[in-house]
Amino acid sequence: MSLLEIKNIINKENLVYSKTKVVTDNVMHYCPGCSHGVVHKIIAEVIDEMDIQDKTIGISPVGCSVLAYNYLDIDWQQAAHGRAPALATAAKRLMPNHYVFTYQGDGDLASIGTAEIMHACNRGENITVIFINNAIYGMTGGQMAPTTLLGMRTSTSPEGRSVDLHGYPLKITELIAQLPGAAYVTRQSVHTPATVRKAKKAIRKGFENQDKKIGISFIEIVSTCPSGWKISPVESNKWMEEHMFKLYPPGDIKDSEKADEDPYKK
Amino acid sequence: MAKVRGAIDVDIEHCKGCGLCVEACPTHVIQLAKKVNGKGYNYAHMHQPEACIGCANCGWVCPDSVITVYKVKV
Repeated sequence: MSLLEIKNIINKENLVYSKTKVVTDNVMHYCPGCSHGVVHKIIAEVIDEMDIQDKTIGISPVGCSVLAYNYLDIDWQQAAHGRAPALATAAKRLMPNHYVFTYQGDGDLASIGTAEIMHACNRGENITVIFINNAIYGMTGGQMAPTTLLGMRTSTSPEGRSVDLHGYPLKITELIAQLPGAAYVTRQSVHTPATVRKAKKAIRKGFENQDKKIGISFIEIVSTCPSGWKISPVESNKWMEEHMFKLYPPGDIKDSEKADEDPYKK
Repeated sequence: MAKVRGAIDVDIEHCKGCGLCVEACPTHVIQLAKKVNGKGYNYAHMHQPEACIGCANCGWVCPDSVITVYKVKV
């Protein structure tokens, strides 16, 4: 066996995986191990593979990903807190040939923006919603979010979330699946190479549904927040698998293309 | 049986040392270096380069897209 030098392997002919050109060279401000980086990357890969870089509009939320426009080389608009679906509605109706997606966290989508997302889904706008659920408000310092698990300690629930004081965690993805305007509702995660590939497929399907004009595509991505949870990135992934998947199990919740007849459209 | 050799190229200065690639590597090629980069992070590097099979799992899970993967058949 001939021993190959590493410098001989590293050349353009042997390339199997590299950063796409849609991701800019800016250093992401996210904490080490944050799921946002992976999700940004797979969105960029989908945009690159579909060759829609010049006709994609992203709507960024308030939260850690408010600066997403620094990292993906597409058109962006930044919305007021929770109002990304309303802005996406306008963008899609004015420019129906463009691909419009919103990128929202759980504090943005499931708390202050509940009304906007519910009505955008109920109207069946032809947009894609990427919902990052890490069960905490990451940017503002780890406060309790509507999606925080029962018993989970955050800076505003130091004794752990309790039903008496804070109510139950909000499973907003299941709520949205009941609406007739929602065409594709799924829950994914990005903690292992296999799940990253599955999430990428789901995002691609979400973008392709915009061509078919069948309604909103809602992709929840169960994520980690190592800084907010105050554990290491690797431990965060394990904690997510053990605790978050019980309440938020990954998988397709609704796919109106597959179903013979959508029970909610009667 | 055709054998494959792989190699990764890490953008050391942009690596944040989260260690997700170390967990994702099936052949335990990657480890965090004892040295640090300009920002003080222990960056990822190939600890056992001869074991790399170029599967690109590390590239898929890297949040900062700093890993480029190469593969060659020998």
